Amino acid sequence: MTSPGDSGGRETWPLWEVFIRSSRGLSHVHAGSLHAPDETMAVRNARDLYTRRAEGVSIWVVRASDITSSDPDAKGEFFESPQGKEYRHATYYTESESVPHL
Amino acid sequence: MTTSVDAPAREESVEGTAEQQAEFERLIDADLRIEPRDWMPEAYRKTLIRQISQHAHSEIIGMQPEGNWITRAPSLKRKAILMAKVQDEAGHGLYLYSAAQTLGIDRETMFEQLITGAAKYSSIFNYTTPTWADMGSIGWLVDGAAICNQVPLCRASYGPYGRAMTRICKEESFHQRQGFEILLELMRGTAAQRRMAQESVDRWYAPALMMFGPPDEDSPNSQRSMAWKIKRFSNDDLRQRFVDMLVPQAQVLGITLPDPDIKWNEERGHYDFGSLNWDEFYEVLAGRGQANTVRVARRKKAHEDGAWVREAARAYADREAAARETERMAS
Repeated sequence: MTSPGDSGGRETWPLWEVFIRSSRGLSHVHAGSLHAPDETMAVRNARDLYTRRAEGVSIWVVRASDITSSDPDAKGEFFESPQGKEYRHATYYTESESVPHL
Repeated sequence: MTTSVDAPAREESVEGTAEQQAEFERLIDADLRIEPRDWMPEAYRKTLIRQISQHAHSEIIGMQPEGNWITRAPSLKRKAILMAKVQDEAGHGLYLYSAAQTLGIDRETMFEQLITGAAKYSSIFNYTTPTWADMGSIGWLVDGAAICNQVPLCRASYGPYGRAMTRICKEESFHQRQGFEILLELMRGTAAQRRMAQESVDRWYAPALMMFGPPDEDSPNSQRSMAWKIKRFSNDDLRQRFVDMLVPQAQVLGITLPDPDIKWNEERGHYDFGSLNWDEFYEVLAGRGQANTVRVARRKKAHEDGAWVREAARAYADREAAARETERMAS
């Protein structure tokens, strides 16, 4: 299974995916990718590339080839289970709509 | 932008099933985004690879006309600003190369395409920067035109491209403002400084307008890119929008735009402007601009000069990884 963003090409350095926490209290969010020889350099390069304007307080990097993802060709079946289960949302319950604090 | 670059690559269609094609059409029609591992028509993929890599190359080559002035910037403040801007351009190139890679092309191939001329970059970067005022004109006119072009690309139908453009546009607005302020400062200076600013704008104005690409009737692939929602506005529409923004800005600067035909057209609600010399555009595109040869040669040299660094870093990483592995097995 290929990883997202990995072209499988003849690169000198491996590809890394970069995740940034923009401020305390928020999750790390995918910012983009870059090439680097190892994890230490990947973190440094990520700092230079993705936080030039103080966009982050923490960085994660992960080798693109280490990411496992769901199969894009089977997303229909794979994400089928919640379909038709509107009762999992509060909006399904309309009888109680006008009741306060509910 | 035109001819060779616009010619669609081999039309070998990796035929999707009817179902896959319908899903692609549905996403485009619903204004949703196509993501890297979705099925997409081969021509869509190739158009994107061409456009995104060309855009990345433009950012990387675009470092050169300004890099030229870093050591000669008139103050420490200007030097720091110029370095930040050139660093941004390197970053923009990297965001875009990453986006292009998600379409299945590797970076070495893109580099080779740039060096051999198989891939183009924006012709604007083949003009030289003989005076400091050119740093102002590049920011105000070249980055201004780029922003006009790029803001709609934030909504491009291909997800990674749109996301890269969003990041780029956020950073690009400082580029335009700092350029405008360089010109403003010169226009408030001595007669010689004002002349320098005016002469620079005289040189950059028309090439900046040509950055939007040839007139719509000579841009055959634009239609298809618009149908795919990669491109949202035509070349001529964007050019008009740009001129409409420039005229009042030029008044603030006290600079004259070098086109005697610029005139407000009440009926259209836009400024009319004169025709451009497209022969010059095609000449530069064909490799006969002021600096085509030196731009590509310098990029090639920088890449080759850096080879030992890339290899040494890789060798170090491999050695460290092997050492960690040995340690892990011993424990």
